[in-house]
Amino acid sequence: MDYAYFPGCSLESTGIEFHMSAKAVTKALGINLIEIPDWNCCGASSAHTRGHWISLALPARNMAIAEAAKLDVAIPCAACYARSKQVEVEVSQSAETRAKIEEIIGRPYKGESKARNLTDILYRDLGVDKIAAKVVRPLDGLNVLTYYGCLMTRPPELACDDVEDPVSLDEIMKALGANVLQWGFKTECCGGSLTACRPKVGLDMTQKILDAAIKAGADCIVTACPMCHSNLDMRQAQLAKHDHNYHMPVFFITEMIGLALGMKQKDLGVDRHFIATEEVMCKLEEYEQEQIQKMMNEGGEA
Amino acid sequence: MERVGVFICHCGSNIGAVVDCARVAESVKDYPGVAFSTDYKYMCSEPGQEMIQNAIREHNLNRVVVASCSPRMHEKTFRACVAKAGLNEYMFEMANIREHCSWVHAGRNEEATEKAIDLVKMAISKVCNNEVLMKGHAPVTKRALVVGGGIAGIQCALDIANNGYQVDILERTPSIGGKMSQIDKTFPTIDCSACILTPKMVEASSHPNIKLITFAELEKVDGYVGNFEVTIRSKARSVDMSKCTGCGTCMTKCPGKADDEFNMNLRKRTAIYTPFPQAIPNKPVIDRESCLKFKSRKEGKDVCGVCAKLCPAGAIDYEQQDELFTERYGAIVMATGYEQFDHSIYGEYGYGKYPDVISGLHFERLVNASGPTQGHIVRPSDHKEPKTVVMVKCVGSRDPEHGKSYCSRTCCMYTAKQATMIRDHCPDTKVYVFYMDVRTPGKLYDEFYNRTREEYGVEYIRGRVSKIYQDGETLRVKGEDTLLGRQIEIDADMVILANAMIPNPDSERMAQIVGIGYDKDGWFTESHPKLGPVETHTAGVFLAGACQGPKDIPDSVAQAGAAAVKVCALLSKDQLETEPTVSKVDNKLCSGCGLCVPVCPYKAISLETIQERVAGKTIERQVANINGSLCQGCGACTVTCRSGAANLKHFTNAQILAEVDALCQTIL
Repeated sequence: MDYAYFPGCSLESTGIEFHMSAKAVTKALGINLIEIPDWNCCGASSAHTRGHWISLALPARNMAIAEAAKLDVAIPCAACYARSKQVEVEVSQSAETRAKIEEIIGRPYKGESKARNLTDILYRDLGVDKIAAKVVRPLDGLNVLTYYGCLMTRPPELACDDVEDPVSLDEIMKALGANVLQWGFKTECCGGSLTACRPKVGLDMTQKILDAAIKAGADCIVTACPMCHSNLDMRQAQLAKHDHNYHMPVFFITEMIGLALGMKQKDLGVDRHFIATEEVMCKLEEYEQEQIQKMMNEGGEA
Repeated sequence: MERVGVFICHCGSNIGAVVDCARVAESVKDYPGVAFSTDYKYMCSEPGQEMIQNAIREHNLNRVVVASCSPRMHEKTFRACVAKAGLNEYMFEMANIREHCSWVHAGRNEEATEKAIDLVKMAISKVCNNEVLMKGHAPVTKRALVVGGGIAGIQCALDIANNGYQVDILERTPSIGGKMSQIDKTFPTIDCSACILTPKMVEASSHPNIKLITFAELEKVDGYVGNFEVTIRSKARSVDMSKCTGCGTCMTKCPGKADDEFNMNLRKRTAIYTPFPQAIPNKPVIDRESCLKFKSRKEGKDVCGVCAKLCPAGAIDYEQQDELFTERYGAIVMATGYEQFDHSIYGEYGYGKYPDVISGLHFERLVNASGPTQGHIVRPSDHKEPKTVVMVKCVGSRDPEHGKSYCSRTCCMYTAKQATMIRDHCPDTKVYVFYMDVRTPGKLYDEFYNRTREEYGVEYIRGRVSKIYQDGETLRVKGEDTLLGRQIEIDADMVILANAMIPNPDSERMAQIVGIGYDKDGWFTESHPKLGPVETHTAGVFLAGACQGPKDIPDSVAQAGAAAVKVCALLSKDQLETEPTVSKVDNKLCSGCGLCVPVCPYKAISLETIQERVAGKTIERQVANINGSLCQGCGACTVTCRSGAANLKHFTNAQILAEVDALCQTIL
């Protein structure tokens, strides 16, 4: 399974754990990611507020390079995915748009190369059975909440999963052995870049999600978006200043797969989180010990 | 020798203000075949008609063209007019210079006048090719079939029966009663639905002119108006109706369990069952899907049989089979009703996953004294009384993207009714209603809605619900108040969705069996949206109730009565006049290819074998044969026929080509 790989800017900075774990996990699962040479920023969160054509042209250039190699593009970041999918859809639907984009980027792009969300590739192309088959250290006993944010499922014409009730992260987590809890915040917005430019508004949104996660009794949140991850992981310290104390670890889906596949935390970037993940690790450890103890006891009785 | 009279109508200023009518009359004066030509202000008026009749006599006219409005408007008028003056009524043509000309070309008077002249010339050329046609006659079977035993079907059958005609009610489920039997109270009077329905059910079952055919399906419809031949499948009841006394003993010990569809699956019923206590006929059926005996038979075993052991009348018959039988009817009334839209397509309302998010019909069963909770309003999940209820209107209605584009008409009122019922039953419970608009046209309807808000304290919020999710024991409802321009969140114990009305899921197949039209949503199409609301395009088939479009009980009952009148008018005749404007086949040209047979929407064409003498030998070959009583004159066969053998009388190939020639001459 060959895909062109577009990491995007987040995965080289705030979301580097996603980058590390995505590469490690795909390799182990037999997905071959070929990084797009000389890729550029997709312009997410800022370009489309400046102008329509720049917001399309930026991701179009990356897509065009992949199309020349006849590869679909695997994109871990939800924001990069949404922007890249947008140009793919618009170019493939309108000859006019295509001509204009080709003129701006100076290379052909027909919209034949598809923008694919990495989670969707894992869920749909690879399949949860293949992931489950490679699990050596099941996440049994771990109560997780899946969090998709807004960009994986909105707007509906770009969605890679059910718009109102996405399931790909749920199904992958179940395949890893985790106990997936239900909540009403799967697709709520985390506040996105508002936490930077209008902190009061943005932080409130992040806070609501964290409150709901605590209420649901989660050990951790699993996401597939670097923006959601940084908001939920990094902003807990800021919220603490306003007397809202949380300790809710937030993982990328690929980190979780990596852990279940028996990879080292360091190789996955799990040690780089703002909110320490030890408790989750300990819980997994304890559960494992319990199970071993149980098996030994049962064996003794027999 | 053709002697055509041409009469151009001004229709007051409708035509006269745009088309120069005098010029039109003048310009066709010398057109081939024309013997007389004039214009007048109102051709359809009595002086106008007299003018035509006088001209026929004075100028010895044998054909007439009137250029005025649409033939749908006045063709009948003018046909009768020329017939009075002694002409055959088919020696008349109408040129539509109003809808097809003056109305659409207002302000372009010169071009409109030119076009009017062309249209009149076409009509003259056609009328010169018209032939004398005579109406035919067909006998009438004086018995009607009503398909569907809901309130519309029952009312329609009663009205027909009380007029002295025989009528059968065909009902698919084990009992008549329909949706109205599931409803607890009716708006705007809050009277008990069953209390007003069951007397009608009893009347229908005991009426000497009415025969109930329950637990049966429409299989096939042949024939034509006055003479339908209907094949009915009587489903195996597994109970001998002639022996069963309806004592109900069989149901007491039945171990088979199934979801009780009458109670919206809110409880279980036995495998041998009657849908509800007042069912008519009050004789049970065995649901073979959930019966232990029938299930075990599939596995090669034969267990249970408790009901047969208990039945004191020996009425249980496990060996019964479906039976097909054929009846003749003069008229058919479709009254197949509606179903409730399935809200589980909506992710924002939880895809039907939350047990306490229920539909309007669920609520009717919850609040009904013989329902699963004996009429106590409680949440399905934990049977606790809800302290806060949110109601959401337009679920599936007015939503072209995910649901239906139309308004279901009844939801505003049933939501208001249910809101007042909650406030009546549970005075401490808060009720919120999310709405897009409140539409309450109907006698005493708006007054009811105002009482709901003012006297019952139900809070109406204008806006949509964006999301409902389970938050512990409660349902968090997020929405928008568009009047205050703010987002709101309500913690509700129960949510009631006002689901849209959709046609019976089988309606399209039923329409195809009967041969009537249906719209994009599956509602049966009436013959005219204003002037033919209970007729269909198929003669002898009428519509009653919600099968034609969303309707409440009063409207369904009114339409049922209207359909009954039409049926009685038809059955009161000993013979029916049939239109002669039907297709005919020239056997000399017909190759018997049969292409026209499947094309005919009225199943009027069949292949028949004829004998011919060719080169001294008698040979047999097939040709198309058109049943003139079934043919509606649509012309589909004539355009399909490759050899030009099929020809529609009054719209023959020669007539249409004459019109085309007339048009092309002016263009060239």
